[in-house]
Order: sequence, then structure tokens, then C-alpha cells
Amino acid sequence: MDPLILARFQFASTTVYHFFFVPLTLGLSVLVAVMETLYVATGQEVYKRMTRFWGKLFLINFAMGVVTGIVQEFQFGMNWSEYSRFVGDVIGAPLAIEILLAFFIESIFLGVWIFGWDKLSKGMHAAAIWLVAIASTLSAYWILVANSFMQEPVGYAVLPDGGLVMTNFFTLLTNPHVWHQFPHVVLAGFTTAAFFVMGISAYHLLRKNEPDFFQRSFKMAAIVGVAATIGVGLVGHAQGQYLVEVQPMKIAASEGLWDSEDPAAFSVLIIPDMTNRRNTLDIRIPGMLSFIMYNKFTGEVKGINEMQTEYETTHGPGNYIPPVPILFIALRTMVGIGFLIIFMTLYALIFMVIRRRYDQGAIILKAFTLAIALPYIANTGGWMLTEVGRFPWTVYGLIRLDESVSPVVSAGMLLTSLVGYVVVYGLLIVTTVYLLGKYARAGPAAADVSGVLQPEKED
Amino acid sequence: MNLNILWFILIAVLYIGFFILEGFDFGVGILLPFMGKAGGGASADTMRRTMINTIGPHWDGNEVWLLAAGGATFAAFPLWYATMFSGFYLPFFLLLVALIIRGIAFEFRSKDDNPKWRALWDGCMFLGSLFAPFLLGVAFSNLVRGVPIDDQMLYAGGFLYLLNPYALLGGVTVVMVCVLHGAIFLSMKTTEVLRERVHKIIPGLWVVSVVLAVIFLIATFFSTGISDKPGILAWVVPIACALALLAAGYFIRRKREGWAFGMTALTLALVVVMFFVILYPNVMISTGPGPSLTIYNASSAPYTLKVLTTVAVILLPIVMAYQAWTYWVFRKRIETKADTLIY
Ligand code: HDD
Ligand code: HEM
Ligand code: HEM
Repeated sequence: MDPLILARFQFASTTVYHFFFVPLTLGLSVLVAVMETLYVATGQEVYKRMTRFWGKLFLINFAMGVVTGIVQEFQFGMNWSEYSRFVGDVIGAPLAIEILLAFFIESIFLGVWIFGWDKLSKGMHAAAIWLVAIASTLSAYWILVANSFMQEPVGYAVLPDGGLVMTNFFTLLTNPHVWHQFPHVVLAGFTTAAFFVMGISAYHLLRKNEPDFFQRSFKMAAIVGVAATIGVGLVGHAQGQYLVEVQPMKIAASEGLWDSEDPAAFSVLIIPDMTNRRNTLDIRIPGMLSFIMYNKFTGEVKGINEMQTEYETTHGPGNYIPPVPILFIALRTMVGIGFLIIFMTLYALIFMVIRRRYDQGAIILKAFTLAIALPYIANTGGWMLTEVGRFPWTVYGLIRLDESVSPVVSAGMLLTSLVGYVVVYGLLIVTTVYLLGKYARAGPAAADVSGVLQPEKED
Repeated sequence: MNLNILWFILIAVLYIGFFILEGFDFGVGILLPFMGKAGGGASADTMRRTMINTIGPHWDGNEVWLLAAGGATFAAFPLWYATMFSGFYLPFFLLLVALIIRGIAFEFRSKDDNPKWRALWDGCMFLGSLFAPFLLGVAFSNLVRGVPIDDQMLYAGGFLYLLNPYALLGGVTVVMVCVLHGAIFLSMKTTEVLRERVHKIIPGLWVVSVVLAVIFLIATFFSTGISDKPGILAWVVPIACALALLAAGYFIRRKREGWAFGMTALTLALVVVMFFVILYPNVMISTGPGPSLTIYNASSAPYTLKVLTTVAVILLPIVMAYQAWTYWVFRKRIETKADTLIY
């Protein structure tokens, strides 16, 4: 088998897997911190119980984020040595800073938080989880600085010998790309956490289990959820409009738009034919794509063929067309879910929280529980769009995928590690889902006692 | 001193921090099945929980030192990072698996009281704690012994090349010193039965550590270029390393746990110093056909190093300060009482 394909598959699957845990960490850490702050401020026991219960689920998830993150850091060198050689001068810095600035705080203060309940004052204890939450967000910023450089290189120079060097650190940090990605990812994290909390609360509301506890949880999540879902959509929209300018090929490919158009039509459904570079089926709304991109019904959106010609003149012959079907589906899945969950959070806010009617029908409450999966699917779709849409570049315009892979790592070694990851990660996800399910279902009563080593009873 | 040298030293400092800190929690993990047995009215599970709680608040923060060393290597010496991580592909893959199963065991173990479940995660913690320092010891020994590198700066040996006797000895020695270090840490952090139990095995562990360390230090003279180093460096560091380990034995006999712990920490630190002395000014010694990677031909450009230096000089002391604070917060011994063991 081709080592490049294996390396790509391995990187894609391990990274997406890492990103199953990251968004919940980003959002839930803040929610738990708010709960504990409410406990410190009001002294009400229910907030302590909320901190304990949601904190327990947070920790199970966090542990997975940590161990899968370590793999990410090593993988650049292991699988993409030529890429690391080439961009290390630029990308190494944000990654190293992420570790010094964020990972140390996260891991050390999480230890303090877990084991410090009876060792610190209430305020200090709450401060520990705030530090974890802030550091998680910081770590997201730094890693996205690195990722944004790969999407849109800035602040660098190419030396006469072909090497890449950083020339302006500040430019790297203020890359306009990261100011789209970062809020989008953080808000996606809040969205993920909001649906996680709403979904589990709905499960218990349906069973009339500890109504006060779960109404409060649901309410908090619904409020955060409305802001986060609308925010993630607005930022995403801005991101799309921005990409038309800086990565027109990505947008053209995700729209299945082969030829430039003005006004450009939006395709609802296509069956693309990559070899003949056309769509065999194309159901479209005229002018709509121009409207999405420019807020008016005219304006040129560049097509795939034009971009291909342009890249061939600037970068030499080759295939610059990313896989259209993947991008088309990834974008529509994400955006579709985006709209759906905006409606869901609005419903939750208006009909449940404001009207204080938590005793909804079983269908509604079950829908919220099932909806826990939606942000996860959207997150994965978003990254597929971002990363697959970068094809064939690893760093846009500077180094291609086939130039990035480690030459000394054979297909056999890659297969070995791939099988290893599949087995280990596979067993771990089953275990994690089992544990999250078990503790989510058991409810707060189990978390109340589990600070102490006692046989934890199944419900 | 230029920034290339500074970053070479800083990476050594990060590895020293890592081996001193994670060294003892690896040691505790390895001792888990042996010391975590029923006794004095406490069940085996309670014993194990006590042991884990001695390192519970700390292990993750300790592990970040390794990530920091890796990240600093990527940032300051990208070519070193690229050549080593792709060249040592399989050992590093195994290292990752070890760190994964170990890290997750800390969190998952307590989440179910089925004895098989507990045994599974105890096994993961043991294996992960054993293999991680072993593989790192093997990797470092190979670095100082030298590996084939071609003129494209690519590693040219296979997996089996890395499994030479010197490197394996290095791996075993590092593991053994970690076990001793961890045992002394346990003796400082536990009470009664568990503490007495640990006290009994420490002298034996110390003897084995000394024997292995002396053989390894001697082997280092024959297997690496250390004897070509300027006179004092060649001798001072390994001898100081051996002396620190001997001093640990003295303090063990005098029942001065804190001092003994300080000495095993110093031993680990000096092993790392020795590795970096042998390497300097190289970061990967080539046995041919290409040239070695050095702190100059493998480094980032001066501007990047300047940025990194500014950041590290500000952040590293802060990190050390709050990490030290957490050790102070959790300074009390952990009692082996089932009903007070948090988590
Ligand atoms: C948008 C956010 C984000 C993204 C894109 C990534 N991560 Fe991540 N990562 C986090 C956000 C995060 C986090 C939320 O901060 C985590 C989750 C759990 C944790 O401890 O921190 C984390 C953990 C985590 C850890 C473990 C830290 C520890 O031991 O405490 C490492 C080494 C990495 N990540 C490295 C990476 C690399 C090399 C990535 C690129 C491929 C990556 N992460 C993508
Ligand atoms: C700093 C952060 C990141 C860096 C430096 C990075 C880098 C890379 C590299 C080198 C590849 C291999 C080339 C390729 O196959 O396209 C890749 C692929 C990929 N990454 Fe990222 N990545 C980052 C973050 C993420 C995250 C957080 C995700 C989502 C979970 C993600 C999803 C993917 C996917 C899906 C692919 C496969 C694309 C394909 O096969 O064409 N990436 N990325
Ligand atoms: C509702 C409308 C939404 C729009 C218009 C939108 C738009 C976008 C666009 C254009 C990208 C690609 C950015 C790039 O390639 O650089 C993207 C990426 C992404 N999206 Fe969305 N999105 C929406 C909703 C969501 C939702 C609901 C989630 C998850 C809860 C989500 C999670 C992500 C993630 C994780 C990425 C990858 C990181 C990034 O590049 O920012 N998106 N989104």
C-alpha cells in the first residue's frame, strides 16, 4: 500500500478522534467553572452537586483528550518528517508555547482540582477549574495559530536554499485566518457542551429524576447554547466569505462549482464526476451562492477549472482539485446541523426555560438526548472541510502532501501503528462511552459519594 | 553563549525535569502490583489506591515536561525532531501506546468496582510505567552511541539496529533507577504497613541500581565518544552520577528519606547531563554515511530562537513556581484508610 495514503489516513483518523474530546473540554470546563463559582457565591448545595456531577463526566472526557493529544504532538515528526523539517521554524514555536503556556496549567491545576477539595479554600478550588478552562481555550488558540499558518501562510520568508523561516511572530499570531478559526472552534466547543448537558438533563427530566437539579442544568446549557449556536453560525458564515478570497479552490470544491459564475448559483444536490470535471446531476438555486458570499445576488465566485488553470501557471502542472464529494457533504452536514441546532436551542430557551415548562413530551426530550451527537458530527464535518479542502497542500502554496511524508517510514511500519491505534482507540472509545453512559444515567447521587472510595453502585 | 547552545541546555533541563518528576511516578506505577497487596487490615485495592493517590495530583503535570521537551525540540531543532521521531518510529509508537494506556488508567480505574476492571487498569498502569522509561532509556542510549544517518539527514538503520546491548542496558538501568526513586518517594508519602513494606525493599533495589548503573557507566566509556570529551567533563559527570547514587544508599541507611530522594533525583539529573555532554555539539551522532546533526545545522533560524527564548525565559520559572506550590499543597502523607481516600 502507498505510505502516503496510510499516513494521511492515520493522521486524519487520530486527529478527528482527538477532536471528539477537545470541544467538550473547551465548553464543559467553563460550564463547570461557572457552576462552582455559583456554589462559592451562593453557598447553595445544589451547585456543588452540579459541579461534582458534570465535573465527573468532564474528567472522563478530559483524560481521553490528554492521552490522544500526546499522539498528535509526536505524529508531526513521526509521519510527516519532511513537513516538520520544512515548517519547524514557524510551526514549532506556537506548539512549544502552547505546551509551556497552556498544557502545564491545564494538567497541574486539574490535579489540584481533583484532589484538592478538602485542601484548599472554596474560592481557591474554584480558581483551579477556571485556570483549567482558560488554559484550554488558550491551547486552542495556539494550536489554531499553527493550523492557520498551514491554511494561509503569513509572516515567513523562503530562503534561497528553499528553507522556510519565520520573519514576524506578531503577524503569525494575528493571521486573519486564526481570527476566524479560533472563535468558530471555541463556539463549537460551547455548542458541544451545551448539547451534552441539555441531552443528559433531558434524559433525567423525562424520568422525573431530581427535577430541580436537572432543570437548573438544562437552563444554564440552553442559555449558553443559544448564544453559541448562533455565534458559531455567524462566524462560520464570515469564514466562508473570507475563504472565497483566500482559498477560492476550497469553496469552489465544496460547492461543486466547476466553472466561474456571476451571479453564482447554489447547488442543493450534485453528483460530481471528478474525471470529466463536471456534475452529472446539479439541482441549483440561481444567484444564491453569490448572495451567501457577498450579501447580494451578483458577484463572481471562481470555479474549480479556473483555479486549476491558475495554479498550473503559478505552481506547475499537477492536480490541484480536492475531492469534491467529501467537501460537498462535509460542508452541508455541518451547516445543516448548524441550522437545526439553532432551532433546537431557541425552542429550549423559549418554550422550556422562559416558560418554565420542562415537562415536555417524551419525543421532545428524547430528541434532545439524541441531539448530543449532532455537534460531534458537525465538528468532524468542519475539520474534513478545512483539512481535506487544503489538498494537495500541507502548507498552502508552499509544500504538498506527497513532499511532506516521512521517507524512512515504510508502509509496513505505518500499517503496524495504524492497526495499533485502531485497536487501542477502538477499545478506549467503547470504554469511554460505557463510562460516560453509566455515570450520566446514574445521576448526581452517584457523584455525591464518589469523592470517597466506596463501591460505586450501578443504577 | 549563543542561542543554539542555550536551547540545547534548555532541552536538557526539560528532560531533567521530566526524569526527576515523572521518574518517581513511573517507579510507583511499576511497584503497584508488588507493593499493592493486602495487609494490616487494608485490602489490596485500598493499598493500590493509596499508592496511586501519592502521585494522583502530579503525574499529568509531570508528563507535560516530556511534551515540553518534544515541543522544544520541534521548535528549536526541527531537523533533530524530524530525523529522530521518524527514525525511531516503532519505539516511539510503543512509547505512545504506553503513555496512553497508563494515562487513561489513572482516570478509569476507579470508575467501576469490578475486580477484573481494576486488575485491567492496574495492569495498564504497570506496563505503561515500565515501558515508557525503558523505551526512553533505549532511545537516549542510541542517541549517544550514534546511529547511521545518510546525507539527506535521514535515519538509515532499521528497528533492530536500535536494540543493541548497550541501549537495552541503558533502558533497564533507567527503569531501575526510576523504581528506586519511586520507592523512596512512596516511603515519604505513605504510612504504617505500606511504608514499612516499602522500607524493606529499598535496600535491595538500591543494590541492584548501583550494580546496573556502574556497569552502564563503564559501558558508556566503551560504547560512546565520552572519552574524547575534554578531560574533566569525561570523568566528572559519570563519577558524580555514581557518587549521588552511593550517597542515596548512605541516606537510606540513615533513614533520611528526603535526602535519599534528593540523591536519586540528582542521579537521574546527572544521567541526563551525561547524555547531553556526550552529544554536544551534536544532537544526533552519525555513524555514517552522512554527517551528524549538530546544534547548528539542525536548528531553527536566529529570529525564531530569539522569540522562543523570550517566551521560555518568562514562562519556565512561573511553571516551576506553581508546580512546586502543588507539591506543597499535597505535602501530607496519604493514609491507608479506605474511607478517607479521595477519588
Ligand atoms: C481547538 C482546539 C484543539 C485542537 C485543534 C487540537 N487540540 Fe490538542 N488539546 C486541546 C485543544 C486542541 C485541549 C482542549 O486543550 C486539550 C484536550 C484535553 C487537554 O488536556 O487539552 C488538548 C490536549 C492535547 C495534548 C495533551 C496535553 C496534556 O497532556 O495535558 C497534546 C499534546 C495536544 N493536545 C496536541 C495537539 C496537536 C499536536 C494538535 C494538532 C494536530 C491538536 N492537539 C489539536
Ligand atoms: C495545528 C493543528 C493541525 C495541524 C498542524 C494539522 C496538520 C495536518 C497534516 C500534516 C495533515 C496530513 C495531510 C493530509 O492528509 O491532508 C492533516 C490532515 C488532516 N487533518 Fe489536520 N492538522 C491540524 C489540526 C487538525 C484537527 C484539529 C483536525 C480535526 C479533528 C484535523 C483534521 C484533519 C483531517 C480530517 C485530515 C485528513 C485530510 C486528508 O486526508 O486529505 N486537523 N492535518
Ligand atoms: C451554521 C453554519 C455554519 C457555517 C456557515 C460554518 C462554516 C464553516 C466553514 C466555512 C469552515 C471551514 C473553515 C476553513 O476551511 O478554514 C468551518 C470549519 C469548521 N466548523 Fe463550521 N460552520 C457552521 C456550523 C458549525 C457547527 C454547528 C459546528 C460544530 C458544532 C462547526 C464546527 C466547525 C469546525 C470544528 C471547523 C474546523 C475548524 C475551522 O476551520 O474553523 N461549524 N465552518
